[in-house]
Amino acid sequence: MLLAMTEPVALLTMRGIVKTFPGVRALDGVDLDVAVGEVHCLLGQNGAGKSTLIKVLGGAHRPDAGSIVLDGAEVSFATPHAADGAGIATIHQELDLVPGLSVAENVVLGHEPARFGFTRPRDAEELARALLRRLGHPEIPPRRELGRLSAAGQQVVGMARALARDARLIVMDEPSAVLDPEEVRNLFRVIRELTAEGVSVVYISHRLEEIRAIGDRVTVLKDGRTVARNLPAATTPTADVIRLMTGRSIEYVFPSRAAPEDSGVVLEVEALSRTGEFADVSFTVRAGEVVGLAGLVGSGRSEILETVFGARRATAGTVRVRGTQLRRGSVPAAVRAGMGLCPEERKSQGLLMGEPVYRNVSLPVLSRFARGGFLRRDAELDAASAVTAQLDVRPADATRGTATLSGGNQQKVVLARWLLRGCDVLLLDEPTRGVDVGARSEIYALVRRLAGQGVAVVLVSSEVPEVLGLADRVLVVREGRVVHTSASDELDEGRVLDLVMEGEARV
Amino acid sequence: MSEHQVTTAPAADERSRVEAAGAAPRPSALHRLLDSGAGRNLGLVAVLVILAVVGVGTADTFATASNLLTILTSASIIGVITVGVTFVIIGGGIDLSVGKLMALASVWATTVATQSFGPVVMILCALLVGMGGGLVNGLLIAYGRIVPFIVTLAMLISAQGLAERISGRRSQIVTDPTIGAIATTRLLGIPLLVFVFAAVVAVGWVVLNRTTFGRRTFAIGGNAEAARLAGLDVRRHTVLLYVVSGLCCGIAAIMIASLTTTGSSTHGTLYELDAIAAVIIGGTLLTGGRGTLIGSILGVLVFTTITNLFVLNNLDTDVQNIAKGVIIVIAVLIQIRARRTSP
Repeated sequence: MLLAMTEPVALLTMRGIVKTFPGVRALDGVDLDVAVGEVHCLLGQNGAGKSTLIKVLGGAHRPDAGSIVLDGAEVSFATPHAADGAGIATIHQELDLVPGLSVAENVVLGHEPARFGFTRPRDAEELARALLRRLGHPEIPPRRELGRLSAAGQQVVGMARALARDARLIVMDEPSAVLDPEEVRNLFRVIRELTAEGVSVVYISHRLEEIRAIGDRVTVLKDGRTVARNLPAATTPTADVIRLMTGRSIEYVFPSRAAPEDSGVVLEVEALSRTGEFADVSFTVRAGEVVGLAGLVGSGRSEILETVFGARRATAGTVRVRGTQLRRGSVPAAVRAGMGLCPEERKSQGLLMGEPVYRNVSLPVLSRFARGGFLRRDAELDAASAVTAQLDVRPADATRGTATLSGGNQQKVVLARWLLRGCDVLLLDEPTRGVDVGARSEIYALVRRLAGQGVAVVLVSSEVPEVLGLADRVLVVREGRVVHTSASDELDEGRVLDLVMEGEARV
Repeated sequence: MSEHQVTTAPAADERSRVEAAGAAPRPSALHRLLDSGAGRNLGLVAVLVILAVVGVGTADTFATASNLLTILTSASIIGVITVGVTFVIIGGGIDLSVGKLMALASVWATTVATQSFGPVVMILCALLVGMGGGLVNGLLIAYGRIVPFIVTLAMLISAQGLAERISGRRSQIVTDPTIGAIATTRLLGIPLLVFVFAAVVAVGWVVLNRTTFGRRTFAIGGNAEAARLAGLDVRRHTVLLYVVSGLCCGIAAIMIASLTTTGSSTHGTLYELDAIAAVIIGGTLLTGGRGTLIGSILGVLVFTTITNLFVLNNLDTDVQNIAKGVIIVIAVLIQIRARRTSP
């Protein structure tokens, strides 16, 4: 067979990898084959499990089940250090470099050349200089403090660090996200050199045209499973790839939408800008309308939402609620005007994890339960319990510690807070991230019900079906700008993904 | 909320919740007990009991009423300061300036000029100086965005300097008879200072556990970003926390001026460390969001009792400081274990 002739030498074989977090099955049987000297691309929507998979590969997570075979021997990495020792280097999206150290110190971090316990900075600098030259960036001074380099420069240092480790397998998580086209071309040159030397690369990107340019084979993940593996990167039709990424094993049931009525405008956002994040964003939301913001992580969608809420101070533009202009950068003003936000990072931005549920629910309306500053706790607990019961938060005891709840129930607690407050405008940032399937449908139903009661909803989600299923109107955000607006009926998943990912042909 | 939901009305109070859990044990009852403020304080109560047993065994005079009142009196000044520091630490901050703010307030309130206006003005002066210092701390931290450690360290140093400048490095004698009488007055045989201490603790406890102010303090200390996104005015609240701490320094300044009959820049040296240590062994997280006032006060009593024991047994203060250090470490180790076992 023709295939037999090109059958590559396997470097890494992962089979049936399962990883469960409380309330979520992040990986549910993932397979991955990486051959010696190939660029293997990993594709999948946000939440498909790519990040979890590379964390398993890098030793940051231990899988619950499945096998990892490296060079013919079964391995199990207890720590990132163990994976590192086996020749696997990961360049994360959030670079794990130390900004306060020099470039050279970062390159050799954890493996400083030393003699008798004394570091040898000269050797480190020589090594760094050589690697940077090899990476096409001889202009980066090894002694420069890393934090003073640009994002792209730091990315290059991250690569140098992987090379310094003599890695056999380098995992690159969206390396092109912070690079301009020229730098992407340079990155590809380096990748080709590496693979020619027999190093393998696992390459993650949302940009299909990049995958075509650099990739050998493609594995597609969806909902924590491998849905296709070892497709030829250059020749698989785009339509097939998108269909594989989007075709769902779990069909979420979206509640039907009421026919949009001619209700009054509640939220008006006009020419809102924040330097370096997004520019000139304008939209309006009427009472009872759900508007979705679709876009990739880093497109500016969360920043837009937080700026509307006053959590970030706009550099230009206005936000009006029912005609009243809000003070810039003031969350209390937004809340007084009837706005509520369910933030993207539930644990760090949304909840007091150490406090019981009811105290999280009552937080914005504490004074409602106070007389002369003294809290009437029974009234507070009753009111909070009534809302959490209405949302079917489990366990039902509102005095339970918030940290003991599952992701879905924690999200309901955040929603309960604004339900108790009573909102005219509800801003939802990734309301179903890390939420199990059952709670998802409940949250969908709740959002529609609130809209039915006349609440204006703005929804940000990485999951395109969620945006299409819930929103009446969709704004597509790319690189800090709204690039498309239309009724959600006029769009389908493939079209939105196209708009969202349509990078300028970069290579 | 159109649907009326019947909720099982659990006891609102945390302590009664713990008792309820004890009466009808759930799998997590022990964890909850360990995790609750009362549970963490049990360890300190046990330490106090042990110290008392040692006291009774080694010194005949330990268990006398007058000795116990001595312990309480010497705990009263640092105790009042610790109340303020507890608020700040639960709110996610730190206040290193308390000892020297107290010294500054004591000096300012006892200058010849201030004393000429009489006791009311002296007391007001001390309170205003303390609150003013706290206000400056709070504004620099909340609006100047400088970390609390640095701001209050700078305040410690400059308050010391200002106190020395005003007093000319001399102890200023309290000539006002009313202020002098505060420390010598007894009601029902108990020194007035102990009543002041108890009153500050009582007010502090109520504010921390029964008011919106207290609740917001826990929220901001627990997760400032979440509190901010829930609509709380985090910066204003932060300023108020340092003002509360400063107010406690002002109260303590009057107490120490009365007890020593002087206002002096040397008052309160290292009080900030004693107060922070008491707060920490009292089970309050140094990162904020969790803690109890009662724990802090028990912490103060533990330290004061140790001092008392060493004095009664004619032991050196150096040994005493070693013992204090060891107790801090043990208390924190226990807390870490308790947190790990809790869900």
